[in-house]
Amino acid sequence: MSQALSRTERIAALMNGDPAALARAISDVERQRPAARSTLEAIQPHLGRARVIGVTGVPGAGKSTLISRYVTELRRAGRRVGVVAVDPSSPISGGAVLGDRIRMAEHATDPGVFVRSLASRGHAGGLSPTATHVVDLMDAAGWDRIIVETVGAGQGEVDIADAADVRIVVSAPGLGDDVQALKAGILEIADVLVVNKADLAGADQTAAQLASMLALRAEHARDVSICKTTATTGQGVAELAVIVETRLAAGDSRRGCAAQRARRMVATAAGNLLTRELRELEAPWLQEICERLQRGQSDLESAARAVLRSAKLVDE
Amino acid sequence: MISRRAEPVRVLVTKLGLDGHDRGSRVVAAFLRDAGMEVIYTSPWQDVTAVVQLALQEDVDVVGVSSLATDHLLVPKLTEALAQAGLGHIRVVVGGIVPDEDESMLKRSGVSHVFHPGSTREEIVAEVDALARAARRERDGD
Ligand SMILES: Nc1nc2c(ncn2[C@@H]2O[C@H](COP(=O)(O)OP(=O)(O)OP(=O)(O)O)[C@@H](O)[C@H]2O)c(=O)[nH]1
Repeated sequence: MSQALSRTERIAALMNGDPAALARAISDVERQRPAARSTLEAIQPHLGRARVIGVTGVPGAGKSTLISRYVTELRRAGRRVGVVAVDPSSPISGGAVLGDRIRMAEHATDPGVFVRSLASRGHAGGLSPTATHVVDLMDAAGWDRIIVETVGAGQGEVDIADAADVRIVVSAPGLGDDVQALKAGILEIADVLVVNKADLAGADQTAAQLASMLALRAEHARDVSICKTTATTGQGVAELAVIVETRLAAGDSRRGCAAQRARRMVATAAGNLLTRELRELEAPWLQEICERLQRGQSDLESAARAVLRSAKLVDE
Repeated sequence: MISRRAEPVRVLVTKLGLDGHDRGSRVVAAFLRDAGMEVIYTSPWQDVTAVVQLALQEDVDVVGVSSLATDHLLVPKLTEALAQAGLGHIRVVVGGIVPDEDESMLKRSGVSHVFHPGSTREEIVAEVDALARAARRERDGD
């Protein structure tokens, strides 16, 4: 069926909300196929209707369970909901087991929910490089609330700040050093702090700890909401949905204009790529720069500048 | 040089029907991952409509259905539903305990391969990989 469609027809189908066209456009982007470029260009004028909610947090805090409940709330409010679930790829094989679907089973037959699992493909547990494009595709296809779930380990989750309008950070009591596990970076991006598993002892303490940690950073304090949920029963999730909608309605958007966003994302992505490449590259000029640094013949900044001068790292 | 990686094959590993044992499919999911594939893993008891929606949204190349009891008898419904949804390129494989007479019935209904107990990892990986690439070629027309 789909083979018969021309590229223009496929873009039209995508923007008409055809789920197969969306699924395929996402794959084109993930596989960096030539078709992706023209699709992304064509949808540019149609972006910005969707609101994007980033969800990250401590592993095991109940993100997936919470998201499933939250989707139920959004569906009740008549929203079409897209979910982008990012899981880490195995650093060794590059493969991944994408299991977030397990907790989304209740939406498995609802055509108003579109879930796509992405492997982080080497991007330290954070946003896969294509996740923001996937969000744009869902936006163009008429999904009006898009949830981006990332695992809360590594530095990647900070990237979510660039992709989301409202950022939810999920923690829970009883995860060991729970609050400490929310590393500085992750707290800084939060607009809403959720203490999930409110049915467990210690939830109030966790919430109090979070509140005092927030108070400590009063200098650059943003207005951060704290709320408690029990994702397994749904308790507190309606309130969470209200908090998010209120923030969205207040124009609480750091997603920024497309141009700024593109700039930040390109900077981050190019930096990540360069880092990965330089760690593995075997090249005499690079060795020389490192040796000069070791011998104290140059400082780190000059060494880095020398690398950028010498590196012509990408072909094609 | 910064080269682009080969694109991982995407496989949906699932179960149909009432049989809730999912240990076998977990093991398969793990070794397909170790072979570099992206495995979408779902809870048991997915019904056919759910599997089709999932396969469509996730744009998988292969659907693997694990069956220990008689759940494989639901698979012809799945292949039919996939075809109806315009997903006829997706290859369906079944793994588990499948009697010979059922196997020929499954093949006739469009199942590409049946893995019996004792199939090795290597066999499964090689077969799934080949089927996935064929599925992708068929869909992309290149
Ligand atoms: N008691 C209790 N358990 C919960 C609650 N929410 C989730 N859980 C359980 O916590 C476990 C982890 O839930 P997930 O939703 O998979 O958590 P996650 O944060 O997505 O986990 P990762 O994918 O490992 O990062 C599951 O066993 C859930 O059933 C809750 O509100 N209360």
